[in-house]
Amino acid sequence: MSVMTYREALNMALREEMQRDPRVFLIGEEIGVYDGAYKVTQGLLKEFGERRVVDTPICESGFTGLAVGAAMVGLRPVVEMMTFNFAILALDQIVNSAAKMYYMSGGQYNVPMVIRGPGGPAHQLAAQHSQSMEVYFYHVPGLKVVRPSTPPDAKGLLKSAIRDDNPVIFIEAETLYGIKGEVPDDPEFTIPLGKAEIRREGTDVTVFAYMGMLYRALEAAEELAKAGVSCEVVDPRTLRPMDIETMIGSVRKTHRAVVVEAGAGFAGMGSEIAAFVTENAFDDLDAPVERVTGANAPMPYAKNLEQAKTPSKEKIIAAIRRVCHA
Amino acid sequence: MALGYNRDKAAMPRTPLEPRFTIEYLSILDSDGNLDTTLEPQLSPGDLKRMYRAMLLGRRLDERMVRLQRQGRIGTFAPIKGQEASQIGSVFTLRPTDWMVPSFRETAAMLWRGWPIEKILLFFAGYLEGGQPGSDQHDLPITIPVATQLPHAVGLAYAAQYRGDDVVVMAYFGDGATSEGDFHEAMNFAGVWHVPIVFVCQNNQWAISVPLKKQTHSRTLAQKALAYGFPGIQVDGNDLLAVYAASREAVERARAGEGPTLIECVTYRLGVHTTADDPTKYRSDEEVKEWERKDPLTRFSAYLQKRNLLEEALEPQIDAEIAAAVKTFEAREAADPLTMFDHVFGEPPSHLLAQRAELAERLEKGGPRRSDEEQPPPSPPMRGQRKTSRWPS
Repeated sequence: MSVMTYREALNMALREEMQRDPRVFLIGEEIGVYDGAYKVTQGLLKEFGERRVVDTPICESGFTGLAVGAAMVGLRPVVEMMTFNFAILALDQIVNSAAKMYYMSGGQYNVPMVIRGPGGPAHQLAAQHSQSMEVYFYHVPGLKVVRPSTPPDAKGLLKSAIRDDNPVIFIEAETLYGIKGEVPDDPEFTIPLGKAEIRREGTDVTVFAYMGMLYRALEAAEELAKAGVSCEVVDPRTLRPMDIETMIGSVRKTHRAVVVEAGAGFAGMGSEIAAFVTENAFDDLDAPVERVTGANAPMPYAKNLEQAKTPSKEKIIAAIRRVCHA
Repeated sequence: MALGYNRDKAAMPRTPLEPRFTIEYLSILDSDGNLDTTLEPQLSPGDLKRMYRAMLLGRRLDERMVRLQRQGRIGTFAPIKGQEASQIGSVFTLRPTDWMVPSFRETAAMLWRGWPIEKILLFFAGYLEGGQPGSDQHDLPITIPVATQLPHAVGLAYAAQYRGDDVVVMAYFGDGATSEGDFHEAMNFAGVWHVPIVFVCQNNQWAISVPLKKQTHSRTLAQKALAYGFPGIQVDGNDLLAVYAASREAVERARAGEGPTLIECVTYRLGVHTTADDPTKYRSDEEVKEWERKDPLTRFSAYLQKRNLLEEALEPQIDAEIAAAVKTFEAREAADPLTMFDHVFGEPPSHLLAQRAELAERLEKGGPRRSDEEQPPPSPPMRGQRKTSRWPS
């Protein structure tokens, strides 16, 4: 175990997988000479050279499509989106090519690629660079979607994503790059895709949250514990495939559920998780499922407005209190 | 004085830079049967016969497929009529280990690459296996979204370069694709990385109803290559010999590590855009007749006739081959609905397995999914009495 930042854990995963498998290469904007806009690829150009750390012109659709082609013939590209908001420019390549090639070639060509980069609200990145993009991809059959919330998850899940034979959307967060945690040094340490993690055990209510919202939910749980409300906080970690068993199991235990998401709601992950809970555990519920989401408006630039738009600890606490009648 | 200054007096006048370009146009066998013997490629009689046969097979299958579609026996497809020389002249220059990346109008090129007729029919009848290339075949499946296959093709070429493989990629697209961002992004990459790729643009003059002059203000499509730093050439796309000569040169360049080439084949879609299209709404009969005079097949058959290489009874032989394939295709049972769940993910997730099982049960019973004894009781239980949880305890 070593204590390291989330950013360093990602870097470690990339380095280890590149050392392990010569088919793995990185491609994206500013990832080489510049070491990445967020320094996730620090030092990798130096270690692996230009063939395996490819700085691209500014063309998300082009380099994503290129990675699809390279993956079809057996390479394992890891594409960096400088921010996941830029993936909108590559949406056709992701949705119509990466996700469908295996299907439309009758199983002849799979697309073992990872598309990674930060997404969701950060520090004053405004309307076009703060979006929680995971639902765009969650909707598409053929894509796996990962949102790693901790440094060990960042390493273990990214390694699994790179080894996976399907296209994997791997969305990090600007706000988490600097957080520290204990990360296993073992180069064979991986975390399987599709396993949720119970971050805090509790008995009164299940709170689903990931990324920045996970930490806010844990703070809320801590505060509510003092008031006698016992919250179980569950981090899905992988959205597709989703670990419904663990997530529903928790609700069947606590009989109440609150879903927190940083996004703007409306067909968001909150809607989806709430639907799963209703379909699978309706009669286990003692209260309607509550969703806590960001305001349904574009992200404002001003700091105080940004804070007001994003779900706060107080908003999470209020929702938990409502479902618990506490 | 359009520039707003006096050139003679300027201390630093505007000076012309290097790229004062010209684009070459290549024609070897014109529509009147004139042959430039100095450019005539040295193809063996056997190769010439094989090429003609491939063009004719493409044409006859295309015509048959239009009829099959009109009779409701296959679905919508994009006919190739008129573009046979552009396809066969280019694809002929590939080795089996090279990669062929089609758009959606490359039936002749696909046949050449070994796609069985039956499989092409299966594809357009909606069978998923129709899109499956053979495991030893270096072809990508048909791509429908315009120009999206071009970044894939550059990816294949990058992979070849990455591994040091001696392969070349040939990517097909139409004039319509040259307006898409993916075309430009792919061309840009190919130029920067100098990958082994040949871009074959079949300029058939129409992007459905939009004529070339409304698609681009460029004099040629070939010249777009120059902006990306590699050669472009325009050829008479209905002249098999010219397409072949240009393609051979481009493939040799790519294989020698000299980078990409764009070949613009000037051709014409004699038929409909797809079987869902009615071109009489946007183009004149005169225009079509003018291009029928330039038909690549009649031109090449006249050339073979002169060289005494035209085989007798070729057409009935080809028609019999097509008829046999249609017969095998039509003997197929309807596609198995359960195949819709195959190949979504490498390993089927539980929700897909559940959906598959549900459909399988429904299909087996051929009626409502639940049998009588499984029907819910006539009055549903009240709140607190029922157990709706579907998750196993």
